[in-house]
Amino acid sequence: MSAKKSRGMIFFRVEECKGCALCVDACPVNVLELSSELNSHGYHPATYKGEGCTGCGVCYYVCPEPGGIKVYKRYDPEKHTAEVQ
Amino acid sequence: MSGNILEKPQSFYSEYTRKPGADTLTTHYCPGCGHGVLHKLIAEALDDFGVREKAIFVSPVGCSVFGYYYFHTGNVQAAHGRASAVATALKRANPDSIVISYQGDGDLAGIGGNNILQAANRGENFTTFFVNNAIYGMTGGQMAPTTLIGQTTTTTPRGRTHENEGYPLRVAELLATLEAPVYLERVLIGDPKYTMKARKAVRKAIKAQIEGKGFSMVEALSACPLGWKMDPVDAKNWVQDVLVKYFPLGVTRDNISEVEGYVPGENGNGRKPLSDRELVKKIDIPSDETTTTYPLPEAEDRYKHSEIKIAGFGGQGVLSLGVGLSQMGMLQQYHVSWLPSYGPEMRGGTAHCHVKLSHNPIGAPLIEKPTILVPMNKPSLYKFEDSVVEGGDIFYNSSLIDTPPKRSDVNVYPVDATEIADGLGNTKAANMVMLGAIIAKTGLLDKEAVITEMKQIIKKEKYVELNQNAVQAGFDALQSVSG
Amino acid sequence: MAKMLIKGNEAIVKGALLAGCEAYFGYPITPASEIAEAASVYFPEVGGTFLQAESEVGAINMVYGAAGAGQRVMTASSSPGISLKQEGVSYIAGSELPAVIVDIMRGGPGLGNIAPEQSDYNQVVKGGGHGNYKTIALAPNSAQEMCDLTMLAFELADKYRNPVYVVADGFIGQMMEPVEFPKPNRNIPEKPWAVKGTAETSDNLISSIELDPDDLEEHNRKMQRKYQEMRESEVRYQAYHCDDAEIILIGFGIVSRVIQSAVDELRAQGVKVGMLRPITLFPFPSDVIRQYTDQVSKFWVMELNNGQMVDDVRLAVENRVPVKFHGRMGGNVVGTDEIIEKVLEEESA
Repeated sequence: MSAKKSRGMIFFRVEECKGCALCVDACPVNVLELSSELNSHGYHPATYKGEGCTGCGVCYYVCPEPGGIKVYKRYDPEKHTAEVQ
Repeated sequence: MSGNILEKPQSFYSEYTRKPGADTLTTHYCPGCGHGVLHKLIAEALDDFGVREKAIFVSPVGCSVFGYYYFHTGNVQAAHGRASAVATALKRANPDSIVISYQGDGDLAGIGGNNILQAANRGENFTTFFVNNAIYGMTGGQMAPTTLIGQTTTTTPRGRTHENEGYPLRVAELLATLEAPVYLERVLIGDPKYTMKARKAVRKAIKAQIEGKGFSMVEALSACPLGWKMDPVDAKNWVQDVLVKYFPLGVTRDNISEVEGYVPGENGNGRKPLSDRELVKKIDIPSDETTTTYPLPEAEDRYKHSEIKIAGFGGQGVLSLGVGLSQMGMLQQYHVSWLPSYGPEMRGGTAHCHVKLSHNPIGAPLIEKPTILVPMNKPSLYKFEDSVVEGGDIFYNSSLIDTPPKRSDVNVYPVDATEIADGLGNTKAANMVMLGAIIAKTGLLDKEAVITEMKQIIKKEKYVELNQNAVQAGFDALQSVSG
Repeated sequence: MAKMLIKGNEAIVKGALLAGCEAYFGYPITPASEIAEAASVYFPEVGGTFLQAESEVGAINMVYGAAGAGQRVMTASSSPGISLKQEGVSYIAGSELPAVIVDIMRGGPGLGNIAPEQSDYNQVVKGGGHGNYKTIALAPNSAQEMCDLTMLAFELADKYRNPVYVVADGFIGQMMEPVEFPKPNRNIPEKPWAVKGTAETSDNLISSIELDPDDLEEHNRKMQRKYQEMRESEVRYQAYHCDDAEIILIGFGIVSRVIQSAVDELRAQGVKVGMLRPITLFPFPSDVIRQYTDQVSKFWVMELNNGQMVDDVRLAVENRVPVKFHGRMGGNVVGTDEIIEKVLEEESA
């Protein structure tokens, strides 16, 4: 199988993640995982595997933290990098 | 949320500065808790409908007690179970605000059961979000009204049994027995397909309020991983696989399209404040222009302070004779008071009242030793005859009392009140016959003024003349009697 | 303005509307029901809200909501109903909301009866619900004062952001007397703290929760300072023939009316008695009472209860002179002759 096409993009706020893994469970294209690192609260935060996000937004809606996840449905690195900061 | 980006809605504070401690970025909810998801769906809808500034979030007692940490809206924290009563008043005070009442299962279905039932039944135009996770999370996992049969909690250590705790309460179905609610649906916070349905329901319910449709509630089945002692994904699955079997998803009421919405105008309540003059008129406060007063009648010294007890059975107009005396006394410059028989005095089935007419301010309104006794029936005479002061007056209804008072140290006046009233065509006017008789002998009031002002005590126009005639007849009957 | 013969309970409603009260939430109970009935007539007439709530608990929480929304709001009940409302009153006090609560007291405990008592003194004056709070308690003794003190109650509630009780026995509620209604006084202060569903108020929070022990203690201390200010500024009482009195009789509500008659009769007999009537039960006129300890040989406290206000009198008197108590219960009202007899019996003994 070729590398998954990344139309969308997902950003996690690591310090706002409690590692519940509901996003990992829900992601229809299985591009999320819990990090082996710990955040300052002692949770293994969810992270993006790096490619394959379709921008469907499912992870955003199942995440119980209001600010935990930001999803771009269509992501253009040149255009959007600045605003992600 | 429309557009390209899904992120934290503006209806949340960007930082939770009300939250104590160093961490002002994450919620206080446990990992995998459903509250945060429902919060997000609500905040997103408030954003999208452009009503954040108009919104008031009512936090309950329960895990969502700290809703005000997060929602950048007006916030009111309610006592346990009372969110719907508080929301009722908030919405009525400002009908163009958007009131979100958020309650858990203990709060809504347990301690606040009657409050939600009645608010829903009144069709209050606010939106309730009801989080059903079958447990008391905040207090440490005790049984909720929605705890399943067999479910173990810290207060059902052997599992809930219907014999001891009854069955879990289905609120969405219960409220659907009421006429008023316009929209009731049970949804589930879990896999995306469910959560996206929940999202639709949240938006529909808030929109119904914006359009002034009336009461709506969304019940959300939701995970409590810590309370259930499960990991978040297992807890989410338990909602979808187990909890939902007892609490079926779906709409139990949707009248939204049939109901005509009421949207308040620009001024919120659409109320224009009344001027002082209008206010006074609307609440029936008499004005000097409409009130005639009369000079203090000249009577014998002993009537400068009269303590009048009127007694009889119900329907004889005993209390209204007292009110009439007081009312007329007031217009004729007396200090007056009227006190109905009340409490233990009502023992024995007779009604009576205490009336004082005095040239001086009145202390005690109660009468222990009347200067004037007006018994309208036999039991009243027997009960009070002995209490009359020496030299006082007894006006008794001789139509119904065949044995006159025995006292020889008081003035006794028989008045054929009931018979005379009958002759005028209405037995009920006996009390006004008695009033005329009292005036004739005591000079306590000016008779002509009483007749002129009869409308003050007889509110029904068609009875005014009858009662005027009754006063005159009573007056005439006693004026001819010496004594 | 012209006088109107009116029941005390109804005078309350007119007084409330003259004070600009905008909402009434209540539940029927004898002997306070005339208040709800009159409110149901007049509040809608002037564009206000009247709602018969599902329960006393519902009603007081609606009061909390409306007060939080910045409205002048009231409720009324009688003793068992006030017991039910206490939780809500505690929340209103804790959240520092202005509200007026009328209590037309009846016989207790339990269902008791519907006859007049004054046995809510403790639950109204001493806080009543949980927590360290106080409520101003105004005790009218005439229909005129039912109106006047209700108007004052709204003013004080807003001034201190605190619940204020108007507390009367059933007799004061049920009796009719002429009332001269004052002009409307609807000077409602700005309430920038209210939650109204507007942009300006969207950062406001109505709440009584303070998780941090230091914060909650400070919140309580702040409220205690407020109560102290009430003690310094809001004491109201009536002194009747107290100037040269050797015995002072203390009573409130209907009892004060009977005492007044007894004082007149005793004075006529040459007995130097006076009456002191607390109009504010909280703040209690302790200093005034203490001042009279130099002058009188004793105090008599008369109440329609087992002796509740007498505790406050004794605290004020500090054992300097004897404090005698006479109380009636169950709806029996102390009579003029009864008072005279008590006083004379004690003097000849």
